[in-house]
Amino acid sequence: MMKITEKLALDAFKNDKETHIQLDEKICYPCKERFCIYACPANLYSLNEKGEMVVEYAGCLECGTCMIACVYGSVKWKYPRSGFGVQYRCG
Amino acid sequence: MRGQSVLVMLNSIQHLIQRVHLKEGRISWKDAMRHALCSGDAMDKVDVIIVGGGLAGLACAYELADSGMMVLVLERGDFSGSKNVTGGRIYLNPLRNYLPDVWKEVPLERHVTKEIITLMGESNSTTLELYSDRFSREPYPSYTILRAKFDRWFADLISEKGGFVVPQKNADDLIKEGEKIVGIRAGDEEIGADCVVAADGILSFMAEKAGLRKPFQPQHFALGFKEVVELDPRAIEDRFRLGEGEGAAQLFVGSLTKGMMGGGFLYTNRESLSLGIVVGIHSLNRKEPREEIYRLLDEFKARSEIKNLLKGGNTIEYSAHLITEGGIHIKPRVYTDGMLVVGDAAGLGLNMLVTVRGMEYAIASGVLAGRAIKRAKEKNDFSASSLAYYEKLLNESFIMKEMSTFQNTLTVLENERLFSKYPQVICDLFEKVMWVDEHSKESLYKTVYQGLKENFLNLQTFKDWLEFRKL
Repeated sequence: MMKITEKLALDAFKNDKETHIQLDEKICYPCKERFCIYACPANLYSLNEKGEMVVEYAGCLECGTCMIACVYGSVKWKYPRSGFGVQYRCG
Repeated sequence: MRGQSVLVMLNSIQHLIQRVHLKEGRISWKDAMRHALCSGDAMDKVDVIIVGGGLAGLACAYELADSGMMVLVLERGDFSGSKNVTGGRIYLNPLRNYLPDVWKEVPLERHVTKEIITLMGESNSTTLELYSDRFSREPYPSYTILRAKFDRWFADLISEKGGFVVPQKNADDLIKEGEKIVGIRAGDEEIGADCVVAADGILSFMAEKAGLRKPFQPQHFALGFKEVVELDPRAIEDRFRLGEGEGAAQLFVGSLTKGMMGGGFLYTNRESLSLGIVVGIHSLNRKEPREEIYRLLDEFKARSEIKNLLKGGNTIEYSAHLITEGGIHIKPRVYTDGMLVVGDAAGLGLNMLVTVRGMEYAIASGVLAGRAIKRAKEKNDFSASSLAYYEKLLNESFIMKEMSTFQNTLTVLENERLFSKYPQVICDLFEKVMWVDEHSKESLYKTVYQGLKENFLNLQTFKDWLEFRKL
């Protein structure tokens, strides 16, 4: 079975130096549900060793699901800057 | 005078710049504008700015291409289509009167001659297949489609007609004078326009900034994600029993979404299959035990029903996109002073249970917006009351009629039994009928009657039946 990272490696990405996804640690910290972890189709959300929610913006498929799944409003999501992000060749 | 000079100069140089330089990234669009304007500090102004070079934005630009207006389409990807994802298939019949010239030679995939619906149980499945001569007669009613190819071609078509599609250009904000939208901000540039068209997709930040859109709620969206699996065309035609160039559209409902609202899809492209899953976000949020969504597709692919279809194929792309589920209930206001909202940005999409619609609505709404803009230009009035004509056109079109007819689908789809119990019991009953072992078989009637009695002759199913009648 293909790993999700292998699937993402098939896509063309032009990654910006800065992230287009900001999380509010004050909201994430008490969160029990972790909707983002389950909803991201690229599996980019995880807890780091300190137990903080982190997101790896580089493999983002730009669907925006995390922003909608997180009903607490922690995910500040915008499109990557002009010329950056995923570039689909099939779509 | 100034507006006129922009128009004349841009028109004369745009073929050179856009078709040669912009595509190859040798000259920025800003440089192009500066050339055209011979510098100047005042805000550059055009007639129409279309934010988003997807189907809705491009259809609007196409409708306006012959109008003599200066129209700019801003596309945030490297090219139109590079940020777009569909399942997907497109139905052309509703669109024949909207862009009649476009549909003659389009880079679509296969014309769909076979409709397949598969109910999936945990370890069994049953399939209903429709083949009709009607689907095989030209003009073909529906095609499979890959958006990165199609949208790119559509944008080129607009360039050939003298339109201006600027790639790698995000619009960051709207410029307002009081309540009126007078332009957009892109990085440190400001571009003015008589009319801004928000064609920026399902997340439409432009509609949000104009105060037209309601806050997002999980129950109004579903996530679709898919793999494109490259496969020899002959293998595709053999496995789906298709003639050359013919295509199949297969939908799956049942255990693959583990009780969550949604289903699977498989579309045959010319040289690949699009295989994916759609799941309602609200449904996913409520799922116990928790489920990492991306794994569903791997489990789906591991099913023998699917594995055999994909044999020898290579995945070449993985993509994801949101789908609107809210229907007419979340449609934003689609016009305001100096601005119109089209396509996904206007919430124009529909889950009709057996098919998901959106691309036809995007194209048709783009064309209707174009018509409303032309009329506003004639009257030189881009106020809300003038642009309200767009909503009138929308209401009279097939789009709003369908969205009204299917307004109850969402409530019906919230019924979990539709995605777990019913597909499972139908598969199990069919399996029981077909199963032979050392025990003597019950009569066919008795087997079927008992199966139906156990699973369907109860109050719950009766209530569900009453609900389904809303569909």
